[in-house]
This record gives sequence, C-alpha cells and structure tokens, in this order.
Amino acid sequence: MAFKSVKELLERSRETGREVWQLIMEEDANDRNVGTEDSFEKMRSMWKAMKASSDSYDPSLRSSSGLSGGDGHKVREYRQKCISGEFMGDVIAEAIGMAESNACMRCIVAAPTAGSCGVIPAVLIPYVNKYGTDEEKIVRGLFVSAGFGQIIAERAFIAGALGGCQAEIGSASAMAAAMLVYLQGGSPQQSASALAFALKSLLGLVCDPVAGLVEVPCVKRNVIGAVNAITSADMALAGIETMIPADEVIDAMRAVGAAMPSSLRETAEGGLAATPTGIEIAERMPVLK
Amino acid sequence: MNLFDIMGPVMVGPSSSHTAGAVRIGRVCLRILGEKAERAKIHFHGSFALTGVGHGTDKAVVAGLMDMETYDIRIPQSFELARENGMEFTIDTVDLKDAHPNTVLMELKGKSKSIKIQASSLGGGRISIDEIDNIKTSFTAEYPTLVVHNEDKAGHAAHVTKMLAEKNINIASLRSYRDKRGGFAIMVVETDEPIPIEVIGELEKKEGIIKVTYVNVI
Repeated sequence: MAFKSVKELLERSRETGREVWQLIMEEDANDRNVGTEDSFEKMRSMWKAMKASSDSYDPSLRSSSGLSGGDGHKVREYRQKCISGEFMGDVIAEAIGMAESNACMRCIVAAPTAGSCGVIPAVLIPYVNKYGTDEEKIVRGLFVSAGFGQIIAERAFIAGALGGCQAEIGSASAMAAAMLVYLQGGSPQQSASALAFALKSLLGLVCDPVAGLVEVPCVKRNVIGAVNAITSADMALAGIETMIPADEVIDAMRAVGAAMPSSLRETAEGGLAATPTGIEIAERMPVLK
Repeated sequence: MNLFDIMGPVMVGPSSSHTAGAVRIGRVCLRILGEKAERAKIHFHGSFALTGVGHGTDKAVVAGLMDMETYDIRIPQSFELARENGMEFTIDTVDLKDAHPNTVLMELKGKSKSIKIQASSLGGGRISIDEIDNIKTSFTAEYPTLVVHNEDKAGHAAHVTKMLAEKNINIASLRSYRDKRGGFAIMVVETDEPIPIEVIGELEKKEGIIKVTYVNVI
C-alpha cells in the first residue's frame, strides 16, 4: 500500500537508510506484484511519453471548441525577452503547450490528472535541458514526485470535482516541487518543505472551467503550478523550513476542498464559468441534440 | 491509489473522465457484446450530453467500440475509421432517471448478438457498468470479469465457482443480479487471474446458461 503520510515515508527512509525514490518504487512493485525493474521501466516510459508529447507539440492545432491552441508557441517565440528570464520562458511555454496538446486531443501523461498534465513536464524538461540530468536520475525524480502525489491522493484528493483546482494544479505543483528538490540534491525533509510551500500557495484555488471544458482557465493555470513549484523548491533549498508540516498542509487542503460549494468544483456553475463572458462562450459551444 | 494512476496514465486528452473513461466504456461494452459491433446507438446523459462534444466524448466512445486503447492517437479520427470499418453509429442525448452525471446508454448489434448497456465514468478513467439488458449491475472491469446471463434457477453459481476452482482461479467477488424471481439473471464474477477460454465454452454448454462473456481489458 502507499505511504499514509510524508512523516512515515521520511522516517522509513531514515530507519532503513534507503532513498525515498527506492522506497516508493519498492512499494509500487509490491502493490502490483511485479519486480522493481518492471516498476522502474514503467516510470521511464512515463518520462519518454512526456518527452514525446512535448516534442510533437503542434502550434497549428486548435481544440474542437476553438478556445485553445498556439499560445505555447507565442511564448516560445518571445522567450528571449522574458522578464523572468529564458529558463522561465521555457517553463511557461512548456506548461501551456502541454495543456494545449491535451485540449486538442493529443496524447499526454496525466500527472496527476489530464487537466494538470503540463506542470511536471514544464519544470522537468527545461530543468533537464539546463542541467543535463541523466535519464536514471530523471526517472528517480519522477518516483519522488509520484510517491508524494500518492500521499496527497491518500490523505486528500487529486480531482477537481472533489477538491477544486487546488487538488489538481495544487497537487501537481507540490509533486513537481518535491521532485525538483530531489534533482538538485536536497534532502527528503527539504522535498517535504517544498511540497508544503507549493500546496499552501495554491490552497483554496477553485475549479471553474468555462463551458465545463478543460481549457479556460485550466491551460494557463498549469503555468502557475509550474512556476510555483520552482519558487517553492528554491525556498526549501535555501534552507527555509515549512512552519506547518507537509501532512497537515495536505489535510488542510482536504478540509478546504470539502468546504467548497459544488459550484466551484468542476460543475461550471461558479467562478470564471459564471462570468458574463464565460456564460456567453458556453452558449455558443457545439452541443449534441 | 496505484502509483501509475498518479504518474499516468498515458492518454489522449482532454479529460480522464470524459475522454479516457469514455474510451474505456466503449471498449468494455464491445467485449461484453462479444463480437465486432456493426451498429451502435449511443445516447449521452447529463454532463456527457452537455459537454461531450467539447471533451471529445463522442469520438472517445466510438474509438472504444473500435477496440482502441485510451492512448491511441487515432481517437480524434474514430468517426472516419468507424465508417471505413463498416460500423454504423448514431449519437444523441437521453435523460435517464437516477443516473450518474457521466452516463452513456448504448444499444449494440453485431453479426449474431445484440446488447443494451448503461455505463458511467467515475473520474480518473475509472468506469462502472450499471445496467446490462435492463438488469442493474455494478462492476468496474478492473479485474478479469465473467458476465454470465442465466435463468434465475438454483445451481448456476455453483457451476461457475466449481469450474473456476478446478482451474485454480481465485474469485475476487461474485454478485448476482436479476429482473425478477425465476426470470433472467446476470452473474458477475471478478477473478484475480485471467480465465482460460475453454472455461467459457464449457460454461455455455450448461443448461440454463444463456450467454457467457469475458471482459479482460486491464
């Protein structure tokens, strides 16, 4: 079974002297009754699928609603002028591009969901390009990310319909932050702090998709998830510790999600979906008769 | 939740419930029909009816009926592929009582068989088969699953369990559903191991067993 808490995962790592990614891989192998090699190769295939999605980004594609497409390319063209620098320009372009590919019915890796599929690749691909990380390390990083995500799913939720966007983009951002800390050589405790920072900063984010589609504002929210992951990792790596422990932050996310009215949980009845423009867009969408 | 439900699945977007789940529903329904679908009447309910076009739910269900996986890049072209492969289909909306918001009702016809199935997409690509031929059921097709149509008489469950025990197959769950006492019944058996094809053939020969289909799309 998955770890029930970040505390349990970190303690086990301390007690056994095994790395966090190893423990997570071993739990998965045990869960699915396969060898650890099988588990590792499956995670490698997730990385390859992410890369393939990114490489096949097509700026000419538009979603069937016409609301998404081409914006990732605009940022790519603009990257040298980015106020936040070229690295951040790549992060923004990757996040939007991946989320647009999803909206355009291309193949993506749900991480943890399809709506938040841009966050992890958006930090990982530019990171790998910058630091030249080898593939074994990348795959280990993805285990760290998925393992922390599994704890979030266990204690709270990862579906917008259950907990709002904080559960989707918030969880993806927290997973990405913990992974970045690992890739930079930070400690498991620093990964936990980064996870906590990322989730805290997106706490309360509602799920309010215009016309009920995974497009507006979902595509651009992948950007804040990715950027927030990087700043959270940097804070943790700088030595800042979270005041509220990671497990308690996850529990708070659950409590906030449970308190959200259903109009703000993917039903397209509140937030941006209920604005005059949101309603107008919804009214002109093609529907089945 | 499985680790690769968190990092994964690899899927065609945009939505795990409205796209990937819809592909899976189509695929499972095809297996329950048990032969190539030549005609399909697809009726969308609730959120599937309202946002189905924008999420590609229509293309996804048809892709599933063509036996495509959730990561098949041909999903957006499923309508054209279905026509080329001689599958006729119609899609409209329906208002069902007490159904999950993401529900589809399907009437499928093959060369010799036909079936009516109501199924829903629960989120994260998980699905539930809620009704087969007007008999309420509830299973997820996450295990190798045997669907047995039989007359509602004593002894059918025993046939099935005995046969599976002989093949050393462990039963994860066994449930029976019926329209009325002594009428038609559906038995759904979920197992830990895949079921050999000969078991299905042998079961079909038993008196009172009308039809046996096997779903293994894990």
